[in-house]
Amino acid sequence: MSNTAPLARYRTMRRIRSFEERVGELFLKGESAGSMLHLSIGEEGVVGVTDAMRPGDSFTTHHRGHGVFLARGADPARMMAEIAGKATGYCGGKGGSMHIADRQLGHLGANAIVGGGIPHVVGAGITARNRGLDHVSVAFFGDGAMSQGILYEAMNMAALWRLPVVFCCINNQYGMGTRVDRSAGRVAFAERARAFGLAGAWVDGADVEAVHRMAADLLAGARAGQPAFLELSVYRFYGHARMDKSPYRTPEEEAEGRRRDPLATARGALLAAGIATEAELDRIDAEAGAEMDAALAAAIAAPAPAPEAMFRDVYAPGTPQPQPQADRLRAILAEGSAA
Amino acid sequence: MSTTTYREALRQALIDAMTADADIILLGEEVGVYGGAYGVTKGLIELFGESRVIDAPISEAAIVGAAVGAALTGLRPVAELMYVDFAGLAMDQIANQAAKSRSMFGGQMGVPMVLRSQGGTGRSAAAQHSQSLEAWFLHTPGLRLAMPATVSDAYHLLRQALTQPDPVVFLEHKGLYALKGEVGDAPDAPWGAPAIRRAGSDLTLVAWSRMVHESLAAAEALAGAGVSAEVIDLRCLNPLDLGPVFASVARTGRAMVVTEAALTGSAASEIAARIGEHCFDWLEEPVLRIGGEDIPIPVAPALERAAIPTAALIADAARWLVHREAPPWA
Repeated sequence: MSNTAPLARYRTMRRIRSFEERVGELFLKGESAGSMLHLSIGEEGVVGVTDAMRPGDSFTTHHRGHGVFLARGADPARMMAEIAGKATGYCGGKGGSMHIADRQLGHLGANAIVGGGIPHVVGAGITARNRGLDHVSVAFFGDGAMSQGILYEAMNMAALWRLPVVFCCINNQYGMGTRVDRSAGRVAFAERARAFGLAGAWVDGADVEAVHRMAADLLAGARAGQPAFLELSVYRFYGHARMDKSPYRTPEEEAEGRRRDPLATARGALLAAGIATEAELDRIDAEAGAEMDAALAAAIAAPAPAPEAMFRDVYAPGTPQPQPQADRLRAILAEGSAA
Repeated sequence: MSTTTYREALRQALIDAMTADADIILLGEEVGVYGGAYGVTKGLIELFGESRVIDAPISEAAIVGAAVGAALTGLRPVAELMYVDFAGLAMDQIANQAAKSRSMFGGQMGVPMVLRSQGGTGRSAAAQHSQSLEAWFLHTPGLRLAMPATVSDAYHLLRQALTQPDPVVFLEHKGLYALKGEVGDAPDAPWGAPAIRRAGSDLTLVAWSRMVHESLAAAEALAGAGVSAEVIDLRCLNPLDLGPVFASVARTGRAMVVTEAALTGSAASEIAARIGEHCFDWLEEPVLRIGGEDIPIPVAPALERAAIPTAALIADAARWLVHREAPPWA
C-alpha cells in the first residue's frame, strides 16, 4: 500500500458520506427541491473506480450518483445548491439531484430513468474513437438497471465496436424495495457481460482498494479497446429515497449490511498499514464535515432561479423559444384576433 | 437547379454535409453496406468509411442513445430509425434524453443530432410500418421537427437540420422517395417558416409532407370548380411559424388542415386550434380538419387508400365549405 492514494481515497469517501448526510439534513430542514433524494451512503467504495478515471474521461450516472460526481471533482456547494433547486446549482436549479451534470468534469448527466444514461457512454466512446482521443466513458448504474434491455443493447454495441467504455454496476442489493434475488433468476451479473464479449468482473465494493485495483485494470483494458463490466457489491444503508423507511427488510439484515462499511474498512486498513493515525483520520473526518456544513449553508442561502429562467435552455439561445402562456393569451385576447 | 429525386436529394444533402463537417456520423440499421432500406445512404460507407457510416445492430433505443452520447461529447450524429413506427422502442431516448438534456442540465450541453426516419402509407406496409407519428414528437418540448414535402426541401431542410444546435426529428415520407423535382439554389423559406405552394383567395389549405401534394391536386381540381384554394406547406412543425397561415386565413376566411395521421390528437388538431384562436374574427366557417381515420392502417391496398385523405376528399370538403355543395358521400 503506497501512502498518498489510499489516504486520498479515504478522504473522498468521507466527503461523500458527509455530503450525503447533509443532503439528508437539507431535506429535514425542508430546503430540498422535493423528496426524490437517493443517498449513496454505503456505496462510497465506487471511489476506487472514479480514481481510476482520468481528466477527459466522461461518465453518466443513475439517480443515486451524488458520490460518483463528488469523487470526480464536483464542488459540493454547487451540488447542494442544485439539489436544493437553487440558481447557483450546476444546472441552475432545473435538474436537481437526479439530473445533475457538468460538462467540464465529463459528467454527461445523472438520469432518473433506470438505464437511461447507459447508452450515452457508447456514443462518447464513438466520439473518442473517431477523434483519436484516449478517453474512457463509464456508465454507473444500479442493480435495477440489470433488468433493462437498453443495458444489453449498449453492451453489445460496445463489444461489437470495441469501444473504450466501462459499465459499472453498483449493486446495492435493492431496486427500490425489491431485493436483487427477487428480480433476477441468476444474480451473477458479470457472467452476463462476459457472454456479450466484455471483460466482466465482480468486486467487494466495501473494499475501496480492491475496487481500485480491479477498476484500474479494466479501465486500462477499455482504453486499449476491450470494453468492460464491473459489479461492485455493496449495501444500501438507508431507504430507496428519503421517505422510504425500508419496511421490506429486517433490522437484522440492515445491521448486517451496514457492517460492510467502506469507510470503516478503509479506516481499519489505513491504521493497520500504519499509513495514518486515528488522530489524522479524525481530522480528515472533521474537515469533511466542516466542508459539507458550509456547502449546506451556502445552498440554503442561495437564491431561487428567476421565474423566467424556466423558458431558457429548452432550445439553444438564438433559436425560436417557447412562447410563454401569458404572451399567447395576450396575443389572442388583448387585441382581438391578430394576424 | 438540378432535377433529381427526393431520395437523391436527401442522399446528396448527407454527402454535402458530411464532406463539410467531419463530426457528422450516420448510425442506424442497414445504413452502411446495405445502403439504407430506401436507398438514401447508398454508397456513403464507401465515401466516408465505417467509422462515420455505422451499421448498428437492431437496437433502436441504443442507436438513439448512442447518438445522444455522441452529440453530448461533440459529434453531430444522424441516427436513423428505419421506420418511424419503431420510435416506440426508442422513445425514452428521444423524449427523455435527447429532448430534455439541454434544459435539465441548465443549458450546459445540447444534443445536436438529427433523427432521420420515414413514415406514412402507400406501400401496403400495414399497421406497424405505415404510421404518421409526428404528433408524438410535436408534443415533446425540446425537439425540432421537420417534414419535407418537396425535392428541394428534402435537400435544404436536411442541410439546415444538420446545422441546428438541438435535436431535430426529420421525417421523410416513404411515398415521396421517387418524387422528381428540382433542388433550388437556396431554401424556399427560412428554417421553420412555411412556404405558399399555390396562391388562392377562397380557402387556405394547410398541410405538410405528402399531404401537400394531395392538397395541391385538390386545389387544381377546385380551380375547375370555381374555388380558389391557397396551399401552404408548413415544412417544419417545430419551430412552427403560423404567421403566414394566419395572414392567409385573414384573406380567405376559411381554413382546412390536412394530415395523413390518425386525426384525434394530431398535429392538425393543434394547428386548427391555433387558427381558431388567432383568426376567430376572420373566419366565415369552422376550421376543418381532414385527417386519417382513427384506425390502425390496414394492409389491403383498397383499405389503406381509404384510411387516409385523398385529393378528392379534400376537394369535396372544400366545395362543401366554400359553396355549401354537399358531396355525394355526405
